[in-house]
Amino acid sequence: MPVDSYKWLPPSLKGFFAAMQIPPYDSVPWTPLAKPLAEATIALVTTAGINVRGAEPPFDYDREWEHPMWGDPTYRTLPRDLRQEQVQTGHLHINNDDIDADMNVCLPVDRMKELEAAGVIGRLADRNYSFMGYQPDTTEWRERYAPEVAAKMRDDRVDGVILTPV
Amino acid sequence: MNALARTFEAEGLSTVIVNMMPVWGERFGSPRTLGVEFPFGHTLGVPGDAALQTRVIRAALDLLATAQPPGPVVGHFDEPWPGDFDHWKKAWHPKQPSPVIKFMREQAEKRARESRGQA
Repeated sequence: MPVDSYKWLPPSLKGFFAAMQIPPYDSVPWTPLAKPLAEATIALVTTAGINVRGAEPPFDYDREWEHPMWGDPTYRTLPRDLRQEQVQTGHLHINNDDIDADMNVCLPVDRMKELEAAGVIGRLADRNYSFMGYQPDTTEWRERYAPEVAAKMRDDRVDGVILTPV
Repeated sequence: MNALARTFEAEGLSTVIVNMMPVWGERFGSPRTLGVEFPFGHTLGVPGDAALQTRVIRAALDLLATAQPPGPVVGHFDEPWPGDFDHWKKAWHPKQPSPVIKFMREQAEKRARESRGQA
C-alpha cells in the first residue's frame, strides 16, 4: 500500500506542493553498495536542524525570522557517541518535543549501534551530520555543503548513508 | 533532502532516504526512498519504541543493499502510524507558526484589507 505523501498536510499545503514546478532531472545517480551490509560503514544525515549543545552553535534560526524565505544551509557534526542530553533542537517548522525526548526518531545512533553489535551492519560512522531542511534555495547545499560532507564521509570510509528528513 | 542524496550518490556513496513524503523522491530523482506514513518530525517512528525504529531502519537498509537501478526506486514501509490521526494531524506542527507561514498570513491579511478599501 503506497504511502500517502500528503496525509499529514492541511489541504492548502497539499495543493501548493502538488502544483509545484520541479525541474526535470537528466538522470538519477547510482552507486551500488560496495560491500555486504554486514561489512559496511553507514553514516546518518538528518535535516532535523539539530546540533551538539555547546560544541557548535545552533542553526541560525534568528536570521530565518528576519528573512522568512531563507534557511540556514550549513551543517553540524554529530558523533557516534552522541547522548540525548547533548542534543539541541530548534527547527521552526515542526514540533521538536519528541526529538527532545528521543533523538532516535530522527538520528538513530542508538539503534545503529545495536545493529552494529548484532552484526547487521559493519559499523556506524564516527561522524554523522545534521542539516536543516527548510531550504527554499538548495544552491549552497548542492555547490558547497553537500560536497564538503561527502568528502568527510569518504575520509571516514563511509559506504552508505541513511538520510532522514523531518 | 533530495539534493543531498543526489549529491552524495554522485560522489560515490550509496544513499537511502526515509521520507514521509516519498513523492519527492520520485519527482526529484533520488536513487532510493523508503516511504513512511508517519507525521513530520517522526521519521523513524515513536519516541521510546526501539522495536519500531529498528524495523524502519532495517527496511531502509534492505533497500540500500538490494535495490536495482535505474532510480528512482521507492519502497513503502507498510506499518501505519500507531498514534491517533486526528491528534497527530495537528500535533506535529510547531508551537508557533514558522516565519514563512506567519509572513504569508500577514500578506494575505494585508491583501484582504486592501481589497476592502482599508489601510
